[in-house]
Amino acid sequence: MIYWQLFLAFFIPNIIGYGGGPAIIPLIENEVVGRYGWMGAQEFAETLALGNALPSPIATKMAGYIGYDVAGIAGAVVAVFATVVPSLLLMLGALGLLYRHRDSPRVKRMSQWVRPVIAVMMGWLTFSFLSEGLENAGVIHMVIITVASGLALLRFNVHPAFVVLAALVYGGLFLG
Amino acid sequence: MSQAPHAPLFWAFLRIGLLGFGGGPSMIPLVRQEVVTRHGWMDDEAFADVLAIANTLPGPIATKMPGYIGYRVGGISGCCIALLATIGPTIVAMIALLGLFTRYRDVGWIHGMGQGVIPVVMVMMAQLTWDFGNKSRLALGWWVALAMAAVAGGLIYWLGVHPGWVIGALLLAALLSPRTLPDNKAKETSR
Repeated sequence: MIYWQLFLAFFIPNIIGYGGGPAIIPLIENEVVGRYGWMGAQEFAETLALGNALPSPIATKMAGYIGYDVAGIAGAVVAVFATVVPSLLLMLGALGLLYRHRDSPRVKRMSQWVRPVIAVMMGWLTFSFLSEGLENAGVIHMVIITVASGLALLRFNVHPAFVVLAALVYGGLFLG
Repeated sequence: MSQAPHAPLFWAFLRIGLLGFGGGPSMIPLVRQEVVTRHGWMDDEAFADVLAIANTLPGPIATKMPGYIGYRVGGISGCCIALLATIGPTIVAMIALLGLFTRYRDVGWIHGMGQGVIPVVMVMMAQLTWDFGNKSRLALGWWVALAMAAVAGGLIYWLGVHPGWVIGALLLAALLSPRTLPDNKAKETSR
């Protein structure tokens, strides 16, 4: 039963998540935090932070860890399987069909039309991280880390791994 | 299939997996570098086709590409090897690091580390929101994009409709409706 839930929780976001890995994050949050309650917002944020600090696709790292957290190694395998295999099978199976339609305006329209929905879900997730942060770290620390990491990431293009590392050190020193 | 291409496949996609920071789309140049430039498994044109096809399908781009290229180069075992090399090492690292972290969560300063990271994730998510919002605006225009976002947000967060239904309906509408004028797009969202 838990494996079936894990499969669905990762299969659905990946089969509707047009726009690459990051588009899947709010959809996974909706399943993992919202629907099944396997994690709180705090834990999900930590997973996402570490996921952003490590290389390779974010969707499979999230699936691997959350699957493991919920149901051990078998859970990790199921979640990663649900992330990777369905769309890959579609690609291998329907290659000829897809090849003919790769420049079709309808196909382009699909990801265009999904994008605003993903954007609104990402905005919602941003807001939930904001309220989680305010509740736990407090306004002052929240403002300091947000401004510092915002400048580092957006203005100076510092590598996300270093920004996450710096935030970990700051949190360890001042929020413990 | 001969045994020969499997070792280079493994190393090529291991490099891609370990050097590809920043999620799927940022890994594409690395995949091209290994597959086209270094090993010549495909020419540029074939690579562009595979990329275009992968983009017509949902799911992470960074697993569809290795899986498909691995299959082309080395059959089913090549597919598995390329996939595992790309995603395996960091999944293990993720489980090990977060497992350690969760075990010592009760220690004060470790708990603090977890809290310190939330604003960073918030900034990253805000950046993604902006990015996706901006791309929607460029493709659909301000009003259509905002209307679609508002309707979708209302359905999902106010009425509690599962996002799968909302996105599924949009995908169907995008596929089935005739080549419409941009004005008709807003109407489709309200279905």
